Amino acid sequence: MKAASKTGGPMEAVGVPAMAIRLQGVTAGYGARVALEDVHLEIPVGALVAVVGPNGGGKSTLLKLIAGVLKPWTGSIEVLGAAAGREAHRVAYVPQAELVDWSFPVNVWNVAMMGRYPRLGPLRQPGRADREAVSTALERVDMLGRARTPIGALSGGQRRRAFLARAMAADADLYLLDEPVTGVDVPTQEAIMALLSAEAEKGKAVVATTHDLGAAVKHFKSVVAVNRRIVASGPATLLTDPEILSQTYGGHLLVLGDNLGILDDSHHHDDPAGSERHFHEDHPAGRS
Amino acid sequence: MNLVLDPLAYPFFLRALAASSIVGLVCATVGSYMVLRGLAFMGDALSHSAFPGVVVAYLLKVPFYFGASIAAVGTALAIGWVTRQGKLRSDTATGVLFAGMFALGVFLFSLIPNYVGDLFGFLFGEVLGIGMSDLISLAVLAALVLGTVALLWKELLYATFDPLGAAASGLPVGRLDYLLLALIALTIVISLQSVGIILVVAMLVTPAATAQVISKSFGRLVVIAGSIGVFCPIVGLYCSYWLNSASGATVVLVESAVFCVVLMSTLVAGRIGHPSGAFGS
Repeated sequence: MKAASKTGGPMEAVGVPAMAIRLQGVTAGYGARVALEDVHLEIPVGALVAVVGPNGGGKSTLLKLIAGVLKPWTGSIEVLGAAAGREAHRVAYVPQAELVDWSFPVNVWNVAMMGRYPRLGPLRQPGRADREAVSTALERVDMLGRARTPIGALSGGQRRRAFLARAMAADADLYLLDEPVTGVDVPTQEAIMALLSAEAEKGKAVVATTHDLGAAVKHFKSVVAVNRRIVASGPATLLTDPEILSQTYGGHLLVLGDNLGILDDSHHHDDPAGSERHFHEDHPAGRS
Repeated sequence: MNLVLDPLAYPFFLRALAASSIVGLVCATVGSYMVLRGLAFMGDALSHSAFPGVVVAYLLKVPFYFGASIAAVGTALAIGWVTRQGKLRSDTATGVLFAGMFALGVFLFSLIPNYVGDLFGFLFGEVLGIGMSDLISLAVLAALVLGTVALLWKELLYATFDPLGAAASGLPVGRLDYLLLALIALTIVISLQSVGIILVVAMLVTPAATAQVISKSFGRLVVIAGSIGVFCPIVGLYCSYWLNSASGATVVLVESAVFCVVLMSTLVAGRIGHPSGAFGS
């Protein structure tokens, strides 16, 4: 079976690349419910990986395991050469937009500065180097002009870029992003992916979940398809294989020629309310 | 006769002013984190669970700070622990533990042969009766709480705003949660004599809630909440002196009035700014 043969193999066949992430025989879940079973996965340094799969298929669980915030029931997880969670200061995590409290009284600058907190430790206050790192990160995501804007007054795309700036300010070696391009307009999607791609080129590992199969094929070099277990992992073009798609999404998949589409009868709307309706970036998502 | 200066001639009034301003400041600071975490109910719960500690301290004739701290911090940690076991929601664990602790307090209280005024004061506050030694203990505990927040403000902020992101980047989010609960418990202990068990929650939540209505950054939230926290007890104590009313309740009423005025004026300003209706769409 094609999909199975690719399971657990190295993501890219370039000699023996250094591994940023290695999961071996990992099973994990919540309470008594299994979310992921017997996962074997290796992601090399410099990879730009999309994690795709249906809702409840274990995409976010996989990110949390790698981040070290969820402990596996069995198996081992190695991240940046140590047990998951050990090299946490080198990991930047960007949560799903819908899990963020957008009424929280912080502005864009504050959010980006949080990326510096873990390396500062409790005794030190943010100094000049931290302000410079935040400033550079905000400039890269084109949000420096919005530094003093409260996060509640930002559009969906600006909110993602503010969190992306936090990850960049942290100067991490591994980026974990939960749905970074869901519900944002195409230009923002392109801009975010260009930044992530540049980070991967610099030798950082980037792992992002996504609902958007089109975006996965277009913008990512590799994919991991999960549905309670790893269905396939390899180059992004795997997602053009109908068999892999049907194994990943069960009966909810519709393939129309070259176009990919998902018929997902479960409510896969993780997007923050209204964010998919932004036609232009300057329109604030929050209510005034 | 001078309505403002006359009361200052009384040492008890000066002590009360100092005590309630310190309490107001500490409550507003810790309260800022509480309102952002949705822990308002936790404040009420922990103040009630301090009661058995107060009664036991009274029976053993030790300073009430010891008994109240042990009972409140113990309950805070127990709530955190029960919740982390994952079988119960945190509000359920809170409800069970605080009601049980308060009942224990009432039970012990009822065993005392003659009901005592001192203890009654802990239910409703009696800041005008605070002695010098209590004021010093209060100031020391206040410095401890404020010092801890000054040291860990940014870690507590990150863990409050984005617990997942904070944990992923290595902050000990679980331990910070416990620490915040312990700080809330200590703050309540500090406040007991000023406003009493029943009304402490207002001192914790109302200034921070007022500030939240008008703040767009966390720094400003804390500064505004702290200012309200210091200012309202002063006004409240004067009112209580002039009207001969219960001091704790008067302070809380002043804070509530400030909250109402601020909320109403922002809503009115919002309506004027957006004629189509601030509450629309």
